[in-house]
Amino acid sequence: MNGEPVIEVVDLVRKFGDRAVIDNISLKIHRGETLVIMGGSGCGKSTLLRHIIGSMRPTSGSVKIFGEEITAMNEREIGNVRKRFGMLFQSGALLASLTVGENVALPLLQHTRKTPEEIDEIVEQKLKMVGLSGFENLKPSEISGGMKKRVGLARALALDPELLFSDEPTSGLDPIMTAVVDQLTLKLTHGAHMTAVVVTHDMTSAFRIATRMIMLGHGSIVAQGTPDEIRTSPNPEVQQFINGEADGPIPLNLSQDEHVDLQHVKPRPCVAARNRFHHKHG
Amino acid sequence: MVFIGVRAAPMVALTAFSIGVTLAMQAAHSLQQLGAEIYVPDLVMLSILREMGPVLIAVIVIGRSGSAVAAELGTMKVSEEIEALEVMAINPVQYLVVPRFIAMLIMLPALTIFGNYIGVLGGWAVCRFALNFNTAGFIIRALQSADTWDLYSGMIKSAVFAWIIITIACNAGLHVEGGAEGVGQSTTSSVVQALLAMLVTNAILTGIFFFAA
Repeated sequence: MNGEPVIEVVDLVRKFGDRAVIDNISLKIHRGETLVIMGGSGCGKSTLLRHIIGSMRPTSGSVKIFGEEITAMNEREIGNVRKRFGMLFQSGALLASLTVGENVALPLLQHTRKTPEEIDEIVEQKLKMVGLSGFENLKPSEISGGMKKRVGLARALALDPELLFSDEPTSGLDPIMTAVVDQLTLKLTHGAHMTAVVVTHDMTSAFRIATRMIMLGHGSIVAQGTPDEIRTSPNPEVQQFINGEADGPIPLNLSQDEHVDLQHVKPRPCVAARNRFHHKHG
Repeated sequence: MVFIGVRAAPMVALTAFSIGVTLAMQAAHSLQQLGAEIYVPDLVMLSILREMGPVLIAVIVIGRSGSAVAAELGTMKVSEEIEALEVMAINPVQYLVVPRFIAMLIMLPALTIFGNYIGVLGGWAVCRFALNFNTAGFIIRALQSADTWDLYSGMIKSAVFAWIIITIACNAGLHVEGGAEGVGQSTTSSVVQALLAMLVTNAILTGIFFFAA
């Protein structure tokens, strides 16, 4: 592809205790590309994303966004980089105390000097893009999970970012809305030369939008390539994942000593939990 | 956020009035045995301005607003809202904590002044209707006994309490981990910590203001 990479990750390692959740990952993303990151639950997808947006610091390695090293930055400097990208959270992560319109307006109010009329116009336009015109005055608690996600997308796009991160943008959406969101991503990456990094389980949507795909497993890259290369990959793990088969090389359960979150939890029989519950409620 | 104060006013009024009445009745009972009922207004006025007002109103605000702030910020933390703010390059401390801090720092002293007034009114009610003071006599005695320092010391206390309460509440809220259960635990511990810190600080401040000098 052309020019400097928008994101460049080199030898990224992140350890929790002794276990490397991210084990030596390197990748480059160029302008206008849509990179889809896939992999089973707990394989380090979200952790990788959190390192790229600078909300977690790596044990070693480097992350550059727009050519700037973010691992050594302080909060203020990271803030300046973050103004240039948008992020869609898995749950939407809307502020519950603000209305839908106010949520979309928030980045504009905080980071631009636009007049209230200009902001209203942008909010209306962004909500229209995600098919939610007229929902400005509802609170997030009054709309469905899929709608929240679309509002989250409108908010992520409010500042017309050069780079969009999405954490499972289509989970919980119906097939039509999934297609709408995918089309929107395609339009923005093709027309506006936006770069997108999408974490997803949804294979239909992944093959529709990706220009490049990465599959993670056990903290490292199992396979990467164009959608066609992935589709025809001889790697049995990849085939199992994209075809959604229960039997295959990917183990069903991670054993307990492998999984970091469980390491500190003492095994407790379920019956004990039930007794505690009864005790609490007299 | 100024609702921290305004909506708490009725509750503060009721508490302060009850305390004023109770103080006056207790004082009357004990002082009567010495034949010194004339000092009832002094006692009510001083105890409310110096101790009862700031402390009790802080207790109400801890239970009402401190817990609410801790729970609200905690819920925002578990639902990724705080992280979303950070990713939008909005500093959560500036955006969420500062306004609550300012609201608390203004409203707690304001509520304390209001509570003091109502408390003394309670004392007056007992003196007027049970002890046959006349109103002018009550006012004169009360004002003679207290000087402005008594009021100011109470105000300084309530400003310090405000700082303690909101710092503990925000800190608890922003450090919640582990879902709804975590929010509950943090809220409870913020109330307990704030109460203890407030009472200990009160003892220290009383020592500095009225004993060390």
